[in-house]
Amino acid sequence: MPNLRTKAVRVPELIFEKSVEGRVGANIPVADTPAVNFKDVIGETRKEFHFPEVSELELMRHFVNLSQLNYGIETGFYPLGSCTMKYNPRINESTASLTGFRNIHPMQPDSTVPGALEVLGSVYDILRELTGFSDITMQPVAGAHGEMTCLMLIKAYHESRGEGDKRKVVLVPDSAHGTNPASAARCGYTVKTIHTGDDGDCDMEALAAALDDTVAAFMVTNPSTLALFERNITKICEMVHAVGGQVFCDGANMNAMVGTTRPGDHGFDCMHLNLHKTFSTPHGGGGPGCGAIGLQSHLEPFLPGPVLKRVDGKPILESDRPQSIGRVSSFQGQFLMAVRALTYLLAYGKEHIADISRYSVLNANYVRARLKDVLPPAHDRPCMHECVLTAKKYKQNGVRALDISKRLIDYGFHPPTNYFPLIVPECLMIEPTETESKQTLDDFCDTMIQICQEAETNPELLHDAPSTQIVGRLDEAKAVKMLDVRWRPNRTLETV
Amino acid sequence: MPYVPHTEQDVADMLKTIGVKSIDDLFIDIPDNLKLKEQPNIPNRLDEHALLGKLQSLSEQNTDLTRVTCFLGAGIYDKFIPSTVGAVISRGEFLTAYTPYQPEASQGYLQTIYEFQSMVAELYGMDLANASMYDGSTSMAEAAIMATYIKKRSRIACASAIHPHYKKVLGTYTWSLDLDVDTIPDSNGATTDYSALTEEHACIVVQYPNFYGVIEDLAEARKAADRIGALLVVVADPTACAILPPPGDFGADIVVGEGQPLGIPMGYGGPLLGLFACKEEYVRLIPGRIVGRTSDAQGRSGFTMTLRTREQDIRREKATSNICTNEALMALASTVYMSALGKNGMTSVAESTVQNTQYAIKQLTAAGAKLRFDGKVFGEFVLELPKSADAVRDALLAQGILAGLPLGAYDPTLENCLLVAVTEIRTKAQIDDFATKLAKELAN
Repeated sequence: MPNLRTKAVRVPELIFEKSVEGRVGANIPVADTPAVNFKDVIGETRKEFHFPEVSELELMRHFVNLSQLNYGIETGFYPLGSCTMKYNPRINESTASLTGFRNIHPMQPDSTVPGALEVLGSVYDILRELTGFSDITMQPVAGAHGEMTCLMLIKAYHESRGEGDKRKVVLVPDSAHGTNPASAARCGYTVKTIHTGDDGDCDMEALAAALDDTVAAFMVTNPSTLALFERNITKICEMVHAVGGQVFCDGANMNAMVGTTRPGDHGFDCMHLNLHKTFSTPHGGGGPGCGAIGLQSHLEPFLPGPVLKRVDGKPILESDRPQSIGRVSSFQGQFLMAVRALTYLLAYGKEHIADISRYSVLNANYVRARLKDVLPPAHDRPCMHECVLTAKKYKQNGVRALDISKRLIDYGFHPPTNYFPLIVPECLMIEPTETESKQTLDDFCDTMIQICQEAETNPELLHDAPSTQIVGRLDEAKAVKMLDVRWRPNRTLETV
Repeated sequence: MPYVPHTEQDVADMLKTIGVKSIDDLFIDIPDNLKLKEQPNIPNRLDEHALLGKLQSLSEQNTDLTRVTCFLGAGIYDKFIPSTVGAVISRGEFLTAYTPYQPEASQGYLQTIYEFQSMVAELYGMDLANASMYDGSTSMAEAAIMATYIKKRSRIACASAIHPHYKKVLGTYTWSLDLDVDTIPDSNGATTDYSALTEEHACIVVQYPNFYGVIEDLAEARKAADRIGALLVVVADPTACAILPPPGDFGADIVVGEGQPLGIPMGYGGPLLGLFACKEEYVRLIPGRIVGRTSDAQGRSGFTMTLRTREQDIRREKATSNICTNEALMALASTVYMSALGKNGMTSVAESTVQNTQYAIKQLTAAGAKLRFDGKVFGEFVLELPKSADAVRDALLAQGILAGLPLGAYDPTLENCLLVAVTEIRTKAQIDDFATKLAKELAN
């Protein structure tokens, strides 16, 4: 239905298809040292090499045109639950581009990078204060990587106490992010699922029944993925500790807690933070992230090295750590993300830092209240920084949560998260974040209400959505069956 | 606070709609004893001008590589980055997007990922590549673990001449999974003795060129792997692969690498870019995301994430890996870089690297240092000095030269050795200056 398109777009060619032999898209430095015979010095050389050849202007047009086929936070409202799509202040990009941060090598002597160590030290100090943990590391480079690192610390802790062989089980709630069980499996653990009670809190009886001396850890997301604060959290931590287990906090939902409450005070032993969510380093289309972790002092000896410490106030890197688990990434983690996070944290400062949790919770409850008649909340309690709603009543008209999401695209909004958490039928998880105005939320809610009316009166509109984009819904089965994941020379589009 | 747009009137209206009196009422589920009673003890807020000033002054405390001439490499290289890279990746549509779970609104990013996968596969001479990993070291660990799944064997054979940090990451990852790693020794800076390998090993892991800059004989590695029915995993420098025969030409099963040389700033080591390519037969066990081409109901061609049932959000504890967030923006940076340089530029950069490296070897050995190893090198080499490499490095640093990486901390037999990298942007004058200062230092 091309008549529904809001603007004319051309199907973009691949950059390979724009290639003309002999073109170059950059003014490249060429060595001024004496020529050599390559065969003599390196031996056999490469024979075939099929790379694009385009001019610099063609290059820019290609990528600028592609960018216009993409939706970001700066394009419009992006209420993707669990992802904390808040405004990424542009000042963060300016500070991360400073040559003194951008052009330093991770293996140059520590004495030549005191400013970089101070950035890391300052981020550690602030995160320690905001989370209530005694130590922080930024070696993990993404959220799932942070989860895995926490489990490794827990594993090393149990081994140090001679309990490594018997503690082989990690408990994970049925509402958890998929990375939780995957990270546990990656650390060699067997995963046992704990059910969630009807009120959205952890089922305490199920937990009590699962706890014994084979349990290494319980992975708890707080607030949960149902967007509810786990009211029994202190009790849960006590119960797990009583059988010798450790409690990990999945910090994906830290945005609801910043400046209001501290996971380190809840009884957790460690947690991961997504700096790319809570502290606004941009998502970049799926990364880079930054999975800083916080931990209590009993896990500190096992930290991956080198470890940043302050000695007489000055940050230093400590390498001699006999109980360390080793390393989890190539260098010091996502340093330029630490620069962005520090910039962001200092823009708020102690005066405003709690605005993050307060206004994100306000916005989520506002959306929840405005939509409750058309999309009932999964639980009858105030939500935290996001709201989990169900679209199950439209199923009788043949309309699914996915259809509602796809229709939102036609109205210029990014869809919320669908079908997660898995335990809520026809789930829509909406996270507005604190940086959206009431006016934007009203636009969004008005649109959602209209779409829900369409679901009653004209469900076909939803099934056909989106109709305003360069493509409609794609055939995912075909993508798997006729796997085409790369361009190859001498193969045209028609033959694909 | 400019990032939070709420006016007092907005807040009052919103609270009324919700049906509560204050924002505090929304936090009733948090027990009182867990609520903070005071402002946290963090610094006061700064306005944007003061903030930029503060970060600027911190950045200036670092000796960045515009102030000294860099001959330090070891996996992270001081290279030319075209301005187009920054221009593209700072566009808000890319910078502020999430993972393209909604393909209709993400065709731009998805196409760039497909192009990235195509370029990485081509560069390494492999069938296919994924949408990126965290960095070189974690890619290597994931590749070795993937090999243990494919071969259903629990031992890994890892060359000793691999970057020490990569070996350490492999050690950490395999410890947590109860896998064993055996070391393949090096001799004269190259991996040649595969005699201790057995049919218990799932894979052989070698680096190309290796940590010492030496170009490993991948044909020999392939033969050794075939003898024991193991996979060949290669950690390959992407710049070198523009001039050397790519690992795929030798029949490598999985090829990984650090993508930083492809248009990404050093940034004190992060964010980086993990490259991951393999033979098509292993695609269902590959970690991370993959984008494929398909079509919609009207037959229009489009891109979407595919083979999703390998991934953690669907398979949970049975996923091929726990990776979720990857390095998409860095993959985009490298896609722009590889497109900008193209076939001729990539080759030219590799050739300039070789040429500069050969000149540096000549000048630095004439200055009184010796080449430690005999093997052919691409862009990096080990110099043996008549005195402590640490002392020489420090002395030259004071004279504006970051001479390389002293190796004694990694291998006590290399106490007087320095790992020197020479990229395409080093000039004859800079290399001559290094040689002159080194000669003076060694004469002292």
